[in-house]
Amino acid sequence: MNTSDYVVSLNAPARPNGSGAAAILSAGVGSFALAVLAFAGDKSALIASSLVFYKPTGSLSGVTTVAILIWLFTWGILEWRWRSRTVAAGRIIAAALALLGLSLLLTFPPIVDLF
Amino acid sequence: MEITTRALWTMIHGMGFGALYLLACSGALVELYRFTTSTIPAEPTPGQERFLKVYLAAMVVIAWVAVLMGAYVIYPWYRATPPRGTTDLAMFPQRLLMSSPTTIGWHSLGMEWKEYVAWFAPISITMVAFVFIKYGRDLKNHRQLRAAVLCFTLASFVAAGVAGFFGAMIDKYAPVHGGHTIQLSHGGEK
Repeated sequence: MNTSDYVVSLNAPARPNGSGAAAILSAGVGSFALAVLAFAGDKSALIASSLVFYKPTGSLSGVTTVAILIWLFTWGILEWRWRSRTVAAGRIIAAALALLGLSLLLTFPPIVDLF
Repeated sequence: MEITTRALWTMIHGMGFGALYLLACSGALVELYRFTTSTIPAEPTPGQERFLKVYLAAMVVIAWVAVLMGAYVIYPWYRATPPRGTTDLAMFPQRLLMSSPTTIGWHSLGMEWKEYVAWFAPISITMVAFVFIKYGRDLKNHRQLRAAVLCFTLASFVAAGVAGFFGAMIDKYAPVHGGHTIQLSHGGEK
């Protein structure tokens, strides 16, 4: 083994990136689901009332419970599909960060009030 | 010196779990950056790696306890509806804030944002902990995963910061009161 081979083997990832990409994308999807549900509940009294899972907490209970279920379900599916694969992480992570950014915007009341 | 049980729960939620999470977040950002970008001479030991994994796992627990306690213990007290004809709104923080144009913004902007944005913190840090526990030092070799982990940790910090700031300000203008009174000490006159 020459020196360049040695350097390459040291820097080569020991694990495929699929599992990490699955966790990252699903976190973005879960955050976005939460923001969309919060937005929908704010705009529609019918949706808000259907999201009341625990009355003292109001629609916040349904928004967060459904979002967490969507997040975990997405994570489970993606982990199952990607765990032993190397995926195009750049695009997946860009999508996850875009979803996270949109989520932060969609929960900000002055932006919600624009619609 | 005394405190009500509701105020005590609020303090545990905000000054206990919330503030602890914010402090932990700043530490996690520095450690994750150092750990995943350092060069060979500064290679972290397996003990340091194990410590950071435990640290992140503890952050996950703190973040989830903070939001669940906020949503299911404190928030119902905050949004309680006063009986018809109630004039003293001290026990109904949301209505107290909404009763004055000088404080309504703490609810319509502060609480309306806080109640949702806070949840990005546990979701993000759970992902960060999972990725770090799974990849450990190998994260150095996954440049894109590493960048995402740092971005989500930062987002978690920002989300917790927004929630913490508005929580503190809301509690300043309309504190959560009620429940039994706990006597902390019997102060004597000076």
